[in-house]
Amino acid sequence: MSNEIRLRVAGITKLFPGVTALDGIDFAVRKGSVHVLCGENGAGKSTLMKIINGVYQADAGEIYVDERPVRINSPSDARRLGISMIFQELNYIPELTVAENFFLGEWPVNNFGRVDWRAIREATAELLQSEGLPYSPGSKLRDLTVSDIQMLEITKAVSKNCSVIIMDEPTSAITQREVEALFKKILALKARGVSIIYISHKLDEIFRIADEITVFRDGKAVGTRDASEFSIDAVISLMVGRKLENSYPKESVPLGEDILEADGISGEAFRNVTFRARRGEIVGFAGLMGAGRTEVARAMFGLDEISGGTVKVHGRAARITHPADSIKNGIAMLSEDRRRYGLIPMRSVRENCSLASLERMIYGGYLHSSEENSLVGRIFDRMRVKTPSLDTPIGSLSGGNQQKVLLAKWMLRDPDILILDEPTRGIDVGAKYEIYRLMTELVKDGKAIVMISSDLPELLGMCDRIYVMSQGTVTGELKRDEFSQETIMKYAIGAMDRARGHSYGAA
Amino acid sequence: MERRKIGSAWNTARQQYSIFMVLAFLFVICSRANPNFLSIANISNISRQLSVTTILAFGETILIIGGMLDLSAGSVIALSGVLAVASFKGAVAASVPVWGALILSFAAGVATGVACNIVNAMMITNFKVPPFIATLAMQTMARGAALLYTKGQNLLRLGDFVVFGQGSIASVPTPIIFMVCIFIVTWYTLRHTRFGRSIYAIGGNEEAAVASGIAVGRVKYKAFLFNGILVGIAGVLFMSRVNAGLPNGAINFEFQALTAAIIGGTSFSGGIGTAAGTLAGAFIVGFLDNIMNLTGVDSYVQQIVRGAIIALAVIYDIWAKGRRRTRSSLGDIDKKGVTA
Repeated sequence: MSNEIRLRVAGITKLFPGVTALDGIDFAVRKGSVHVLCGENGAGKSTLMKIINGVYQADAGEIYVDERPVRINSPSDARRLGISMIFQELNYIPELTVAENFFLGEWPVNNFGRVDWRAIREATAELLQSEGLPYSPGSKLRDLTVSDIQMLEITKAVSKNCSVIIMDEPTSAITQREVEALFKKILALKARGVSIIYISHKLDEIFRIADEITVFRDGKAVGTRDASEFSIDAVISLMVGRKLENSYPKESVPLGEDILEADGISGEAFRNVTFRARRGEIVGFAGLMGAGRTEVARAMFGLDEISGGTVKVHGRAARITHPADSIKNGIAMLSEDRRRYGLIPMRSVRENCSLASLERMIYGGYLHSSEENSLVGRIFDRMRVKTPSLDTPIGSLSGGNQQKVLLAKWMLRDPDILILDEPTRGIDVGAKYEIYRLMTELVKDGKAIVMISSDLPELLGMCDRIYVMSQGTVTGELKRDEFSQETIMKYAIGAMDRARGHSYGAA
Repeated sequence: MERRKIGSAWNTARQQYSIFMVLAFLFVICSRANPNFLSIANISNISRQLSVTTILAFGETILIIGGMLDLSAGSVIALSGVLAVASFKGAVAASVPVWGALILSFAAGVATGVACNIVNAMMITNFKVPPFIATLAMQTMARGAALLYTKGQNLLRLGDFVVFGQGSIASVPTPIIFMVCIFIVTWYTLRHTRFGRSIYAIGGNEEAAVASGIAVGRVKYKAFLFNGILVGIAGVLFMSRVNAGLPNGAINFEFQALTAAIIGGTSFSGGIGTAAGTLAGAFIVGFLDNIMNLTGVDSYVQQIVRGAIIALAVIYDIWAKGRRRTRSSLGDIDKKGVTA
């Protein structure tokens, strides 16, 4: 890391109708360094990055590259100045090959306007080899993992001589091992003098790579310091503007009888899985991405088929083939993919919240509006959902509030068993804490919670028992006094190395 | 705080009621432009002419909200209409009393509409045929069946069958009574039933609807059942109004119905639409056609205007949606006090 400034913004202000999204931001990135941005959702990080990447234009303020003032009116301007952004939700065309994607939009053509595919394939192959990426230029993107595609995007940016790479939550959808590969890559980029702006909610991981950290709150940069002068607690208290006593509000709750038992169940991506959950218990599922945890949850909830084994709910055998069956049995599930399986984006928060309990407000032949409003209003108060009104489309809320509405939807049904698949992914610290608090409240009411998470500290902090999965089977079960990140990772990776370690360890 | 509330209420109002403002505006313009426009005879005439396609439009609205559509409506009108006419004539020939024949023919029309739409639903839910293709196939089949049954001949001399389309109760024409009743039923269904909430959810995000425990297949069947009843009624009304069983009649009626729904703010991406919007959409088209007729606008020009209005309605819809999205990209701190 040098002290040379690569990118600097001064006094950046951005107004949206009725809101000041950014208020006089000063911020600088040094050459060959990693500058981490933290802040709750809506604090202004993404807006600033979109301005630097040319998606938005600032209403006031200057941008300097290598201390020369520049104007960035579009992402292609940004690209020309050597700035590239890796988006949180990677937009890619699944049917494209690696090579086609590499040259997307700038395919070299010969004199007759014909695309020179051979040159494209050769150039891609060379690049892949020099970066040590193990796929062929002809593989389709849909056959690659999220992390593979992320690596490709980074490689693409570097190959185009980008000197500033913005990464927006790059680890939100990849496994621990892939995170390690990404961090290695980031170190290599730093060594080459590339500057990285890194946005993340995962406080423990940012301290591993950050050179500097800037915290955003309510459209302002509230603090920039060298990472060595920061601590997790300091960052959190700057982000939320208050001190969090304890990031996991875990309480010990007396455990009751088993209310969910799976005995040797198998499905498309898992086999012979046995687990149980008791009243008052939070049971965790740890494992790498692709270990089969989500698939088990989906099958238990009736979204996928269970091909063998038995499921018992409240001690009675239950046949579950559709979510309606599991809901009737008192099971609810919050999916890991909020957009795909959760939100009806254009409908109001009220309708989204009522959707699983319509019989509570529509009976006797008509909708009891006032009852619906009071039921939904009460549950929103309890969960501290922040919404301008009950008529607001859920799609326009922040991620954390969307998640709270979806959780509220299930709370309204008062289920006995909640399956939470990555309940805190991509949401801000404040909302995370509220969700933990609610989980504690629920188990105190005698419910059972099954939580799948890729965030190990969260599992260790909240669970009473953790099952570890790998390669579609349960490889370990740990009680609270046996919890350790190392043991869990051993179970999660151990089986994988035996079975097919080749495809992951490569990068 | 107060100002924010007023601001957002005004926004909601503008988003939800802009279509009715357009309708009111058009009404005023039309009544200024031609004094004949405001006459009871003219307004009643517009409503009667609109009734058949507006009834179809309510069915289309529910289907489009659910992420589907029905291209077969015009052909199924022809089939259910001629079968209704034929059963009326048959019953009268077998000396069934007139009221019995009327009930029988009405039932035959509705049953045919329902049967065709159950087949639509089956293709779509059980065999996963895209709605566009399934109902396009039904369009061709139903037309063929209508022509086959009548051997391509129009059925004439309908006698008392005309009461459905030409009669009136307390001097209100029966088609208008049907249209209003069906409007109320559609409004009620969308607003007050579990089916209504479910269809919005399915059109908005089918996978999320499944994951919320909604029996999506059953809801889709119900939507087509509803549409089938409406198409059957429309078939009876249409043949009765023109006083003939026309196997080649009602061509392209589904497009007029879709036009009304689209102008009324029903979104083809699903999850958005209201019965009142569709009614307003139908009347916007009706008023425009009428005023262009009264002021002697060339009928070819009329077509161009109608097409342009569809495009404008959708462009406005997309523009309004885009504005909402930009504003909401900040999370939940926006959407307050936006009065611009």
